[in-house]
Amino acid sequence: MTEIRLIEFFTNVGGLMQFSLRFFKYCFLPPYEFSEIKKHMDELGVKTLPIVSVTGIIIGLVLTLQSQPILARFGAEGFLPFMVSISVVRELGPVITALIFAGRVSSGIGAELGSMRVTEQIDAMEVSAIDPFKYLVVTRVIATTLILPLLVMYVNFLAIVGCYVAILLVNDITLQLYINQVIEAVKFGDLIPGISKTLVFGFIVGIVGAYKGYTADKGTEGVGKASTTSVVIASLLILIFDMILVKVSLWLWPM
Amino acid sequence: MADVKVVEVINLSKSFGDFTVLDNISLTVMKGENLVIFGRSGTGKSVLLKCMVGLLIPDNGDIFILGEEVRKLKIKGLNELRKNIGFLFQSAALYDSMSVRENLAFPLIRNFKFSKEEVEEKVVRALENVTLLDSIDKMPSELSGGMRKRIGLARSIITEPALMLYDEPTTGLDPITTKEISYLIRDLQEKLDMTSMVVTHDLLCAQIISDKAIVLKDGGLKYKGKLDELTKSSDPFLKDFFSFEKNEETPGV
Ligand SMILES: Nc1ncnc2c1ncn2[C@@H]1O[C@H](COP(=O)(O)OP(=O)(O)O)[C@@H](O)[C@H]1O
Ligand SMILES: [Mg+2]
Repeated sequence: MTEIRLIEFFTNVGGLMQFSLRFFKYCFLPPYEFSEIKKHMDELGVKTLPIVSVTGIIIGLVLTLQSQPILARFGAEGFLPFMVSISVVRELGPVITALIFAGRVSSGIGAELGSMRVTEQIDAMEVSAIDPFKYLVVTRVIATTLILPLLVMYVNFLAIVGCYVAILLVNDITLQLYINQVIEAVKFGDLIPGISKTLVFGFIVGIVGAYKGYTADKGTEGVGKASTTSVVIASLLILIFDMILVKVSLWLWPM
Repeated sequence: MADVKVVEVINLSKSFGDFTVLDNISLTVMKGENLVIFGRSGTGKSVLLKCMVGLLIPDNGDIFILGEEVRKLKIKGLNELRKNIGFLFQSAALYDSMSVRENLAFPLIRNFKFSKEEVEEKVVRALENVTLLDSIDKMPSELSGGMRKRIGLARSIITEPALMLYDEPTTGLDPITTKEISYLIRDLQEKLDMTSMVVTHDLLCAQIISDKAIVLKDGGLKYKGKLDELTKSSDPFLKDFFSFEKNEETPGV
């Protein structure tokens, strides 16, 4: 069973690579469909904002409450804002947001394009001399790629707010002092890799969902399969690329 | 004018894996003609239409449409040709995320340089043609199967293409709507001198619109001729086929 899954995963990766190449070829050709891209970004924002907001606050709260007693044991409580903000900005914010985004959006795009494939809407577009890849796939992938970094910045901000709230529950700390400590902790060299890898994650979420949907099998079960497998593949790829990109960013911006 | 070949298919074959769907099909449709295509479910009627617009690539054979050799066209040329072809899908294939108005306006806005007013006027006229003007602001999910088919029809004829390909335009519709749609197809042919190929199971529909008919069987084009010659034929298969097809209802895929 797992072997079959693994083979399936690798054939998916092959198809996905071809699909991505096609994306990069098309993405720079006019017409650019700016209004479609904006429409998809609006929809994605509205769709993910609630869950992402909750996530942001909770990351900050939980991380602080968890670390506080440990740091206290070493008398290093003052270190708390530093530790939390650096973990959030470098790693937790981007990865957790991307995974949640994948769960919500890869499946959505997979189901949407899958049902358009199965009900011949994609064929209909093609016969009307409108390039469905350009109109449906390229616009969605650009939208997910651009919106995820924005969501991650927002999550980072909320997590840092959450951390402040959690510290207040236990200790006294002025907002001024807290902000100073966070600014001290988070250097430019932390922000850049954290945010730029989310461009890659956003691309993964969009391209995987679009690939599974666009190539969905005929029949209604094809749609369900497109939507569930795209979440699995997107999440796995996010974690794999995170590992690679952490290595790369440590090399480019040493701590 | 009358003897211009709009469609010429020569020795067309198409298989999926080991399974041969179309085997050496040849046919011609002249300008202004309606060709009806009969055949039991799964004999490759939809596949034939899809090959003609380049949605499926045949294994062998040549297809000429409006003077162009479809298989030799690059995507640009193919798209230019497609602008002159209307295609009504068996499933209607309405865009679910768009309202009826947007569905109809989509090919007009994308492929032609009409003003906003012209687009609106064409949309309204096309909807009047299928007597569904009051559904203009509905979403496809709010429409019944028959209504979807008629909207699909309106969308595919809105650009007034030179060639129309209808895949089961009346399947699953009640007899009255079937008649209305069949007359509409005939009117289009008469008014716009449109050429069409109509896949149908519906003898009533065929009798209204047809000049000539072909019957596909076991992947081959087995019979062709005038419709009433075929229906009155003493050939056992045709006899059986036409007595049966009168009542058959295949749901759209
Ligand atoms: N894209 C495809 N891939 C594989 N098989 C197909 C495909 N399209 C159609 N077929 C097969 O070709 C045969 C003819 O299909 P079709 O043309 O839809 O029949 P019909 O005459 O009812 O329209 C069917 O057996 C169908 O399963
Ligand atoms: Mg069919």
